[in-house]
Formats: sequence, structure tokens, C-alpha cells
Amino acid sequence: MIAFLLRRIATFLATLAIASAVIFAALELLPGDPAQIMLGIDAPPDALEALQKKLGVDRPVVERYFTWIGGLVVGDMGESFTYVMPVSDLIMTRLGVTLPLALLAALISVLIGVPVGLYAAANHKTPRDYGVMIFGQLGIAIPNFWFAILLVLVFSIYLGWFPAGGFPGWDAGFWPAIKALILPAFSLAIVEAAIFARISRSAVLDVLREDFVRTARAKGLSRKSTLVKHVLRNAMIPIITICGLELSSLLVGTIVIEQVFNIPGLGRLVFQSLTQLDLMVVKNLIMLLVALVVFINLVVDLLYAVIDPRLKHQGH
Amino acid sequence: MSTFLKNASMHRSLMIGGVLTLLLLSVAVLSLFWTPWSPTAIDIANKLKGPSAKHWLGTDHLGRDVLSMLMSGSQISIIVGFLAVSVGLLVGVALGALASTYRGWVEELIMRMSDFSIAFPIIITAVLLTAILGPGTVNSILAIGLFNIPIFARITRGAANAAWAREYVMAAQTCGKGRLRITIEHVLPNISGALIVQATILFAVAILAEAALSFLGLGTQPPEPSWGKMLNNAQTFVGLAPHLAIFPGLAIALSVMGLNLIGDGLRDVLDPKLARAR
Repeated sequence: MIAFLLRRIATFLATLAIASAVIFAALELLPGDPAQIMLGIDAPPDALEALQKKLGVDRPVVERYFTWIGGLVVGDMGESFTYVMPVSDLIMTRLGVTLPLALLAALISVLIGVPVGLYAAANHKTPRDYGVMIFGQLGIAIPNFWFAILLVLVFSIYLGWFPAGGFPGWDAGFWPAIKALILPAFSLAIVEAAIFARISRSAVLDVLREDFVRTARAKGLSRKSTLVKHVLRNAMIPIITICGLELSSLLVGTIVIEQVFNIPGLGRLVFQSLTQLDLMVVKNLIMLLVALVVFINLVVDLLYAVIDPRLKHQGH
Repeated sequence: MSTFLKNASMHRSLMIGGVLTLLLLSVAVLSLFWTPWSPTAIDIANKLKGPSAKHWLGTDHLGRDVLSMLMSGSQISIIVGFLAVSVGLLVGVALGALASTYRGWVEELIMRMSDFSIAFPIIITAVLLTAILGPGTVNSILAIGLFNIPIFARITRGAANAAWAREYVMAAQTCGKGRLRITIEHVLPNISGALIVQATILFAVAILAEAALSFLGLGTQPPEPSWGKMLNNAQTFVGLAPHLAIFPGLAIALSVMGLNLIGDGLRDVLDPKLARAR
């Protein structure tokens, strides 16, 4: 188990190292001089030189890369060019919106998806099962940003139950803030719920076919307690894996949904800073998102090992 | 009885998927020669009109004909989908096949590389590419194509490793054929079913992703009509002209569903073992 843990953490760190090099190259080297890009081609030479100095563009590439990484380790991400504040402060404020949104969406998708999948599996090959499968097909085919627009049309414009966009901030109180996040969370959750329903259904069906389920039933366990004690535990393995993958895709999905609802989270910040060519912000934001995705995958792998004891001894 | 039901539903999903996909392709081909109006012709006097006999699906905020834009927009979806899947298929299958042919450190290296790529979801890759190249259709193709490579590599390697344990491969080895030759002559043809299924499903993913990227302004740029861009414009006028938001979304959903249904149906037909396990 320890060897597995160490190995997995080493892979995690290596992935982050390579990812940071890719991001650095893509945002600081390939587009050309970052100071020139930020200020535009007509920039006065002295302003250009000042920004070059501030960004450290005049120093060697390797030194710049390690200065950036060194700063990241202690939480220093430099200063935003357009917002004139530390990038880390900027990101922390935005994270306070994006993270609750992603978690709310995850909660909704699990609460809808998993029971629906179990329901379908328990009613295998009945019209109810087919109904769930049709929901699943629809859910994975609908673009989440389109679903978001439809939700706004129905629940904001026609019914007026929820705001069509914007975010009042947590200072406005818990309920107004949550109210602003409900439609965005549902638009993110519906696709994931469809995936969860499909995965849970097939995971339960797979386990139901196993010999130990027949043995449990044969030794007199009721259908219900077989389901709870034996089937669910085993079916959780694929469900948790997908859970992790979906959490990272929810996080990335917020980039799109925040645009639709005008929510001041990380996703909107990515686009604002991209259009303002504030490359310092883009670089650190992308690094943060990538790190979160990789970290979620690490956690999933470790959880996986805890749930499925067989994996403890193999190490992938 | 249950086999019968299964076959029926299997053919049903293939059939529905086939009809939807055929429709998508015919619309795209038709739009090369004919659209009811020019998809770029601006007519401000008739802006934001609902569906009518003159404009079947109405007009947008610049008075452009929505049906014509939808028809032309299908071209971009198909081109991006086709090229992105081709990139993934060519590079990914080659890498997966190499990994399975030579095993050892080659396999280890290729698989670690494909693990690494989970760190870069499509949108993030597209943002990085936009910083380098500026927004455009090429971004979408590259971002989705790069995302597809490790998926194809993993599927190919998994299926190929299973094929290497089969008798016909051992027979070929006994005949003295080299490993690379066995991969090309025996392994790849035998796993093509799984690859076709995956390609169909990733085509659907590509259409969704292309729409999202042009919606965000990272992909296809105006005046080139694209479904994602249409939805982006529609968002502003959703209260005034809901038809603008409804039709492009339906076009995306039906195209994606068609391809997914074909993928599911093909999986049942080409890979009965997998179908039974589901």
C-alpha cells in the first residue's frame, strides 16, 4: 500500500512538472514577448521596457520558469496587469464562487444520477429501464450551455423564479447567493446525471451477474440485503471512478456555464484575462485548473485502492 | 424472447441513429449547393422574426435566415469532427499499436504519456492554443484531436494486448512472422470493430466540443456560420426571440444523439462480448 501511495504521488508530481512546462511554453514562449502582447504593438518603448523588466522577460528562460514555480510553491503568483492586485488574491475570490458551484452541481448530479441508475437496474428490461436509457441518451447529447439557455428561458424569463444571471456575492446572504447558483448548477449537473445513471445501471447489472451474488441469495439472504450488502459495495468502484472524472469535468464545465450566466468565477476570469491579454493571470489560472484536475484523479486512484483491496497489492 | 427484444432494440438504435446521421450529412451536402437564403445576407428590416412561410425557422438579430445558417453550420461541425477524430485515430492507434507490439519500456512510456494528457481537458488546451494562434477553427480541430489521441491509444493497446493472447496470433508467431507484421496483418484488423465504435462516439463528442468552443469564441469565427456561435448570439435575445436559441441546440443534440446511437448499435453488432457484459 505504501509503495503504491508513493508511486502514485510521484506520478502526480511528475505530471504537474510537465504540465507547468507545457503551460509556461504555451503562454510565455510561443506567442512571443509577453510584455509586447500585453501592451500592443504601438506601445511606447519605455513602457514596454518597464513591463519587460517587471515580468522578468529580460532574464533567461530557465530562470523565469523556476522563478514562477518557486513563487507557486509559496503561493506567490505575481501581480495581475489589468486588475493591479496579486493574482493569488484574485483567484481566491473567484474560487469562492466556482468551487461551491461545482460542488453543488456534483451533489445534484449524484443525487439524481445514481438512484435513477439503480432504479433502472432493479427494473432491468422493463419500460421503466428503457425510459431511463432514453433520458441517458438525451442527457449526453444536449450541450450544457444550450440547456442553460433553456433553463433561463423557462425559469427566469417565463416564470421569474430565479435570476437569469449574475452573482450577488456571499455578502448578500446565503440564500440569494445560492439562488443565483441553482440554474447554473442544474445546467452543469444534467449531463453528468445522465452519465451517472448509465454507469450506475451497468455497474449494478455487472455485479448482479457475479457468482457471489448467487451464493448470497442461495444462503438465504433477502433480495434487498443482497443488494445493499454485496451489490452496492462492489458497484461503488466504477461509480467512484466516474465520480472523480466527472468532478474534474464539472470544474472545467464551469468555464462554459459561468460565461452563460455571467458568474464572476474562475471560468469567467479565464476569458476576461484572455481577451485582456493578461497572460500572468491566464498562466496561473490554467495551472491551477490543471493541478485541480490532476489532484482529483490522484484522490480517485487512492480511494479506489481503499475500496478495492485487490488493487492494494498490484499497484497499477 | 429476451434475445429477440435485445436484437430489436439494438437495430432500433442503429436505425434511428442512422437516419439522424444521414439527415445531418445530407443537409451538409445540400448546403454546399443550395440554402433557402444566403447564410450571410443581412436584412436588418426583418430582424428577430419568428418562423414564417418566408423564413421557415425565422431570422436572427441581423435578419439572417436561421435555417440557412443552420444548414451551412453543419459543414463546420462535420469538418471539425472528421478531422479531429482522424488526428486522434491516426496518432492514437499508431501509439497504442506500438505499445502493444513492443511492450516493455515502449509501452510504459506511451501509457504514461497518455496518463499525463488527462491534465489537459479540451477547453484548457483550446485556451492555450488561442493564446498562441489566436481563435479559429484550427484551434478546435487541434484541441479535440489532441484530446482524442490518448483515448484511441488506450483502447488500441487494451484490445491489441487481448488479441496477442489469442491462438491466431500464436499461429502467426509460429510461422515466424515479425511482431510488427503480426500487428499490422492480424491484430489491427481484428480490433477494428472496437476502434470504429470509439471513432463514432468521439465524433459525437467532437461535435459537442466544437459547439462549446465556438460558443465561447475560441473556435470558428464569424461570419462563418457555426452552431455554437449561433447559440452565443441567441443568448442575448432569448427573451425576444426564443426560436434563435431553440433550433441550433436541437441541431446539435440530434446530431450528437444520432452518432451516439450508431456507436451503441455498432458496439452491439461488432462486439457481442462487450454488449453482453453491459
